[in-house]
Amino acid sequence: MKRPELVCPAGTPSAMRTAVDAGADAVYCGFQNATNARNFPGLNFTVPEMEKSVAHAHAGNTKVLLAVNTFPPAGKVNLWKEAVDTGARLGVDAFIVADIGVADYIARTHPGIRLHLSVQAAASTPEAIKFYCRQFNVKRVVLPRILTIPEIRNMADEIPCEIETFIFGNHGLMVEGRCSLTNYITGLSTNMDGVCSPAAQVQYIKDDAGNLSTKLGKFTIDCFSCDENAGYPTICKGRYLTPAHDGAYYAFEEPISLNLSSLLPDLMAAGVSALKIEGRQRSRSYVKTVVTAYRRAVDSIMAGKDPEISDLLALTEGQKETQGAFKSKAWR
Amino acid sequence: MTTKMQLTIAPILFHWSAKEKLDFYFRIADEAPVDVVYLGEVICSKRTPFFEKHYDEVAERLKRGGKTVVFSTLAEVMLKRERNMIAGFCELEDYEIEVNDSSALLHLSGKPFRIGSMMNVYNEDTMAYLAGLGATHFSLPPELPRNSIAILAQHAGRLGVTTEVQVFGRASLALSARCYHARAHGRIKDNCQFVCEEDPDGMPLNTIDKQEFLTVNGIQTLSHSYINLLGELSNLEKLGVSHCRLVPHTQDMVAVATLFRDTLDNKYSAREASEKLTAVGIPAPFSNGFWHGKPGHQWIDESARV
Repeated sequence: MKRPELVCPAGTPSAMRTAVDAGADAVYCGFQNATNARNFPGLNFTVPEMEKSVAHAHAGNTKVLLAVNTFPPAGKVNLWKEAVDTGARLGVDAFIVADIGVADYIARTHPGIRLHLSVQAAASTPEAIKFYCRQFNVKRVVLPRILTIPEIRNMADEIPCEIETFIFGNHGLMVEGRCSLTNYITGLSTNMDGVCSPAAQVQYIKDDAGNLSTKLGKFTIDCFSCDENAGYPTICKGRYLTPAHDGAYYAFEEPISLNLSSLLPDLMAAGVSALKIEGRQRSRSYVKTVVTAYRRAVDSIMAGKDPEISDLLALTEGQKETQGAFKSKAWR
Repeated sequence: MTTKMQLTIAPILFHWSAKEKLDFYFRIADEAPVDVVYLGEVICSKRTPFFEKHYDEVAERLKRGGKTVVFSTLAEVMLKRERNMIAGFCELEDYEIEVNDSSALLHLSGKPFRIGSMMNVYNEDTMAYLAGLGATHFSLPPELPRNSIAILAQHAGRLGVTTEVQVFGRASLALSARCYHARAHGRIKDNCQFVCEEDPDGMPLNTIDKQEFLTVNGIQTLSHSYINLLGELSNLEKLGVSHCRLVPHTQDMVAVATLFRDTLDNKYSAREASEKLTAVGIPAPFSNGFWHGKPGHQWIDESARV
C-alpha cells in the first residue's frame, strides 16, 4: 500500500503553520479574492503572506497546493490568470482548478507545475477524468463526494491519474461546482464568487418564546427551539415544508460533518493517493486537532496496526457525523 | 443583418408519463412556433426506460413539423449503465448531441456537439476551448448575468458558434447524488418507486414560515419562481444571442411559445406579453434577478422605473 498524502486546510497563514507543524504532507490555500471557493471575509492569503507561507511549508517538507478553483465569469478571466502566475512565481507545488479555460491556461503557460482537478469540476466518471487528463495533463482528481468506496476502487483502476478524496469536514449535499442556490437567494455566486451562504446576509432572529430563526437573505432556513443548538444557515442544511412530508424536515441533509476515520483502511486499499481534510474556514485548534488525529491514524495503518482514531465529534457540525456517500448507496 | 432569433424547447426535466410526453411533443411538433426541440432524459437515468422506445417516432414527428431535433445527455453520470448510455448517445449519426456532463467530451472531441446549460461555461476562454474541440452551440448557465452573457455572445460571434439563454421556466439551481424526492417520502434512490411522477412541475419546498422557496425534482433542485425574460428579448437579440430557451412545464407550452414568438416579432410590448403569460396560468411568481446580477429569485421590473 502506497503512503497517502494528508492534504490539510490552510485558511490563514497561522492555520498553515499549524497544519505543517501537525504533520500535513500538503496544505491547500487560496488568495484573498474570488479565485478560490472559500472567498470568505478574514480568510486567505495576500501575496506577501503566500510567499512567506510557501517558504515555511517547504522548509517543513510540506507541499503547497493553490486553489484557483472557481469559474471566472466572462470579462474577469485576468484575475484568475494573475493568481496562477503569482502562484507559479512563488513556487507552489500544484494548482487546484475547475474551469476548463483556467486549466488550459495553466497547461500552456506553466506546464511544469502539477495540475489537480478540483472537486468543483464534478468529474464523476472515468471518461470525464480521462478527458481532463488527456487535454490538460491533470495529475490528480479530487473526487466529488458522491461515490461509494467500491466505485472509487473501480475508478482507480480505470484512470491515469491519482485520486484525492475528502475524509473529514463539512459535507455539502449538492455536487460541488453545480450549485447556484446561494446566488438565487443572495446575488453572490458559489461558482463565480467563491461564496456559500455569505455571513453578511445571515440573520438570527429570536421570537418572544425564545425560538431562534436563522435567515439567509429574505428566506428562513431553519428555526430552533430553546434546547437546540442553532446551526449556520446553509441552504442545503435547512428545514423545510413540503406536502408529502409531515412537518418541517431536513429536505437535503441535517447539519452534519463527514468523518471517514473508520473507513480509512478501505480508502487506502482502494488506491486513494491523497486524503483531504475540509475546513479552511475553521479555527487553528480545529486544524491542529484534526490533522494530528489523522496523521496518527494514517501512520498506524501504514505500520500495519489498527488505526488509532481520536474522538473528533466535538469538531463536527451539529456534533453529528456521517460517512456520507462513501459507505453505501443507501445514502442516495 | 442579424438572423432571426430562434426559440427552443429544453428537455423535459420532470418525470412525466410516456403518454404525457407523447401528447406534449406531438402538440409541439404540430402547433408550436419553435425551431429546436431537445429530447432526452437529463435528470435521472432510472426514468429512461419509460420513453426510450418512443424517441424515433417523436423525433420523426418533430422533424416533419419543421423542428431541429437535438438529443440531450444526462446531467450527472455515475453508474456503468449511465456511462454506456452516454457512449451510445455520442455515436448517434443522425442527430446532434447536447452535452450536460463532461463524460461525453471524451467521446465527442473532434465531432460537432452542443454544450448544455448544466455545463460550466462561464467565460470566453472556456467557450473558445470547447469550440476548438467541436462545440458549435452553447446554452448558457441560468445564473449568468447580462454582462457576462454579452461578452460570451460577442465571442461566440467571432468563434462562429451560437448561444442560447433560458427565457422561461424554473431555473435549475443544483444537482446532487441524493434523490430528495425519495427522501421526502422516506425512501432512497434505489427504492424510489418513481414518486417524482406525482409532481409534474416539481415538488414544492417552502420555508418553515411558509414562504414559497424551492422546487425538488429528484436529484435536482430548481427555483420556485419561473424565469421570465419577455422584457429582455430585444436586449438578447442586440447582444447577439441567437436562441431563447423555454423549459417545459405542464402549463400550455404552445401558448407560451407563441407568446414568446409574437413578442420577438414585435406584436406585443414586453408588458402586454407578461400579462398574457400570467394569464396562461403560471403557478409561481416570475423572476429575472440572475439577468440583472441580483438574487435570482427577484423580479426587477425595468419598465416600471421612471
